[in-house]
Amino acid sequence: MERQDQRIGLLSAAPIGMVLFISFLAPMLVIAIFSIMPQKVFSLLNLPDFSSYKLIFTQGYIKSLLWSFGMAMASTLILFVVCWPLAFGMAKVFKGFGLFITIAVVVTLFVSENIRLFGWVLTLMKGGLIEGHLRAWTGLTFEGALYNVPVIVFGLVYAYFPFMLFPLVQGIATVPDDARQAAADLGASRWQIFYEVDLPLSAPGIVIGSLLSFVLAAGAMAESKLLGGQTVIVIADEIETAFTYGQNWPLGSALSIILILIIGSLSIFGINRVNLDLIMGGRRS
Amino acid sequence: MRSEPILRLEGVSKVFGEFTALDQIDLDIHEGEFLTIVGPSGSGKTTLIRILVGIEELSKGKIWLRDARIEKLPANLRPTCMVFQSLALFPHKSVGENIEFPLKLRRQNPLDRKARADELLDLLHLPQSFYDKRIHECSGGERQRVALARALAFDPEILFFDEPLSALDFRLRKNLEKELKDLHQRTGKTFVYITHSLEEAMVMSDRIAIMRSGRFEQIAVADEIYARPVSRFVAEFMGEVNLFSVEGTASGTLVGTEVDIRVASADLGSGMNLAVGVSATLMVRPEAVQFLSGDDDADFMVEGLLKAEYALGSRTQYKVEADNGDELAVEKLREDRFSGQVGDRVRLGWNVEHAHLIRPG
Repeated sequence: MERQDQRIGLLSAAPIGMVLFISFLAPMLVIAIFSIMPQKVFSLLNLPDFSSYKLIFTQGYIKSLLWSFGMAMASTLILFVVCWPLAFGMAKVFKGFGLFITIAVVVTLFVSENIRLFGWVLTLMKGGLIEGHLRAWTGLTFEGALYNVPVIVFGLVYAYFPFMLFPLVQGIATVPDDARQAAADLGASRWQIFYEVDLPLSAPGIVIGSLLSFVLAAGAMAESKLLGGQTVIVIADEIETAFTYGQNWPLGSALSIILILIIGSLSIFGINRVNLDLIMGGRRS
Repeated sequence: MRSEPILRLEGVSKVFGEFTALDQIDLDIHEGEFLTIVGPSGSGKTTLIRILVGIEELSKGKIWLRDARIEKLPANLRPTCMVFQSLALFPHKSVGENIEFPLKLRRQNPLDRKARADELLDLLHLPQSFYDKRIHECSGGERQRVALARALAFDPEILFFDEPLSALDFRLRKNLEKELKDLHQRTGKTFVYITHSLEEAMVMSDRIAIMRSGRFEQIAVADEIYARPVSRFVAEFMGEVNLFSVEGTASGTLVGTEVDIRVASADLGSGMNLAVGVSATLMVRPEAVQFLSGDDDADFMVEGLLKAEYALGSRTQYKVEADNGDELAVEKLREDRFSGQVGDRVRLGWNVEHAHLIRPG
């Protein structure tokens, strides 16, 4: 009986499974093959070579990769520190007020990211909301806060805030209250409770939140373009340029493959280390 | 039991909004004793124990640990420890890491920690191989022992228990009750245990405190509570018991106001003195009631109809309906089974030394 159920389940899932498989993997496959085509060709029917990869390692694209990953790492760390107290409050303290915060954070997602970033440009630029008011009221002036690396990281933190916050809330909610109380009863200070109980027991949420915000930030482009001007070129920017202005699809493909490989292995590493069921379905092993 | 209290509560109250969970509790806990707080759910016993370990704050009152006031001290700074109802073991740590947790917090070196954990595993009859086991690999009884070992590793001045045995099956619970009592004797520590089962309390405790609606109804040694409950509530809480409403008479004896009780002698002793017209409750345990045959006599006698007979293993229980319709319970050991048949008219009797008068509070 159970085996028959299993067979029916598998069979009925097969069509959509196929569609998903093809629609996810086919583009990847095309990119993978393009990445080993000679420079500036637009067909997959050429003799493969690895000139694009060679180019990446000789022409300074590594620097863009490092900027992307560096800023992604920084924004993820900042996000964790910023979101933890709020997430803790939402999971354990606020009760009804937590729902209010959830809605408030989700509402920001209703407006396109680019428009919100433009809002920040208008706020931070010289003659913008902040500098303009300061000058009008006090006569003091400064060069605006745009076009540097910290403001890009700020943009990443701002844009991916919900992606860290909500998984953290989920993770912290799974930490049993009595485990925290027992730790206190056994002599643990607040800091020791955080380190010995909260952190390991909410690890699934931390891993998911960090992966989401890191992966999104590593592939982000709008923040560095709009807020950062041309201060640094991130990897997503390079990929776009290669595909458009550069008219060099193999180079763009090779850059994409490297990005995918790094992010993919990080994700698999992270996900393997935690019990995702705890967060996704609430099942306990 | 030494007379010096290790913990003293004075006027401890806890109010949740409109609801008074604890109402002006006074209590002395003596060094080295095994005190059990018993009460039905909602009586405030869990709130009390959580206040004593510092997880919950009290609304009013004072708590002394020896000479120091501790009611404002947070849980992590109190030298007391609790075994939670849920046990609250850390699922991400191994058995050994759980036991060593309080020692790790004190930055004891890993070798000493391991040695202490091994000692505690021994003390609680767990094999050394458990040291590396995960918590979810342990059975209910084993987890119980791990939680106990962890609490003992803390080396608390007082060890509190919040019904830790309630989730276990009957046989395991019975075994652990006895083990806990042994452990109490071996460690010499002060144990404070809460439960809703008086039976559990009787097995283990030196003293029992019966709690009801945020107050103590009676605090006494187990025998005293069993033989001389101060109220109907305590008497009924003790399990099957026969209670009769009685009144003092002019001739100096008692008369049943509901069930017709015949009192054989006019002089029942000072324990049964009741002023004329004052009502009280007469208590007798089912095992103290005899079936009277022929012209046998007893200090108190009741007639009725044998309604039912139940085999309870080593004992047999009988239900007898008195003439006013009230039921009485009688219990006999299996080998002293009553020879009568269900439906027979029977005479029941008991003597004054088995009776107890619960006077109006």
